[in-house]
Amino acid sequence: MIELDQAAVTVETTDGPLVVLEPTTLTLDEPRVAVVGANGSGKSTLARLLNGLVEPTSGHVRVGGLDTVDEGPAVRRRVGFVFTNPDAQLVMPTCLEDVALSLRRTVRDKAARRARALEVLASVGLEAKADTSVHALSGGQKQMLALAGVLATDPDVLVADEPTTLLDLRNTRLVADRLLSLRQQLVLVTHDLDLAVRCDRALVVDAARVVFDGDPAEAVAHYRALVAAP
Amino acid sequence: MTDLLGAYRPGRSVLHRIPAGPKLGLLATYGAIAVALHGPASAVVLLVVSLALTLVAGMPVRRTLRQVRGLLVLAVVVAAFQTWQRGWPVAVHVVGDLLALVLAALVFTATTPVDDVLTAVERGLRPFRRLGVRPERVALAFSLVLRAIPGILETARETRAAAKARGLERSPRALLVPLAVRTVGRAYETGDALAARGLGDD
Ligand SMILES: Nc1ncnc2c1ncn2[C@@H]1O[C@H](COP(=O)(O)OP(=O)(O)OP(=O)(O)O)[C@@H](O)[C@H]1O
Ligand SMILES: [Mg+2]
Repeated sequence: MIELDQAAVTVETTDGPLVVLEPTTLTLDEPRVAVVGANGSGKSTLARLLNGLVEPTSGHVRVGGLDTVDEGPAVRRRVGFVFTNPDAQLVMPTCLEDVALSLRRTVRDKAARRARALEVLASVGLEAKADTSVHALSGGQKQMLALAGVLATDPDVLVADEPTTLLDLRNTRLVADRLLSLRQQLVLVTHDLDLAVRCDRALVVDAARVVFDGDPAEAVAHYRALVAAP
Repeated sequence: MTDLLGAYRPGRSVLHRIPAGPKLGLLATYGAIAVALHGPASAVVLLVVSLALTLVAGMPVRRTLRQVRGLLVLAVVVAAFQTWQRGWPVAVHVVGDLLALVLAALVFTATTPVDDVLTAVERGLRPFRRLGVRPERVALAFSLVLRAIPGILETARETRAAAKARGLERSPRALLVPLAVRTVGRAYETGDALAARGLGDD
């Protein structure tokens, strides 16, 4: 369960303080929550709050009862994060090694680590690519591998910030289907409204505020109305 | 050139069987020897030794050549410059050492899985933990540097293409500024991604 309690984010810029997220209070316990909204509205900031990559300048964010500021490492172990650009998330030469990296802390034995990494790769359909160079993967495969690297840490919650933005239609389908079928709670930031309506709940963010919160189909209608408004 | 470093090739050669820690030590010793010895003759000997090592490691000659292609171009330029400035013995010494060491490093990465390198670096640094060194972090940084080189080369290629598309391929600014910005930006992204995987928190 994710709780925002009057959580707000202000950043210092050369033009003075800028409110990136107004005080927001929310409880997210649906399995799949979508976040939609215009560029620069504050979606990524909201997403990053959930695992402590961004700390609230006031208020609190808690995941499973743990405060993201006071218990940062514990929260990050619980909350996985998938970013837009798969290239920036992959750090090892081969697929298997990249997943194994996530397991170094939890699985000490090398053979066991390899076996577990293969299982995780299989869970995203990449078992045949274990010893392939990460450079040789397609964009969709890279994003699946990035997802595998995160799933290997066995999180309770997965936050994904526009995970399909760089992918073509087919790969978007593959990655989205996998994300939406996870047993973990999913918070999905997306510009793909077809994906948003497949979630259980959706937030619309506009100008640093959550302006709608509820049924995804209604949220999408609300967002469209916002864009159409003069 | 994207697989210049870090491409492990499974095999059963003697070199594959040396444990990662001692092998890293041998690589360092080899580097020290190259630095200590002077003159063209020793450089040629080292180069021959390195070439022999690539064969012992079972690395296909053609693939190795492809990996060092970019470097060979650089080597020719350096050799020409050194010959002109300081004579051919110095040129042979400098270029011979450079190629010998790069080949030795390639042999190391081709015969050692990164996972083993990480474990070896972690283990080697454990005694320094009392001095505030965090072995897991250093090991991770070490492997990131290996991984970052092909990444930066890729970014450089993209940047050059973008500059070219705007007719700016001759402007160093149009190449270097975006390259620096993208490289740093990417480093931040990678840092975030690693933090999100709980790496570096230890
Ligand atoms: N550290 C920061 N310094 C300055 N400005 C920031 C910072 N973080 C966010 N912002 C600004 O806050 C606003 C919201 O940013 P955010 O990345 O959350 O938007 P977003 O909804 O994710 O947009 P997009 O759809 O483009 O990804 C933007 O105007 C951004 O420029
Ligand atoms: Mg964003």
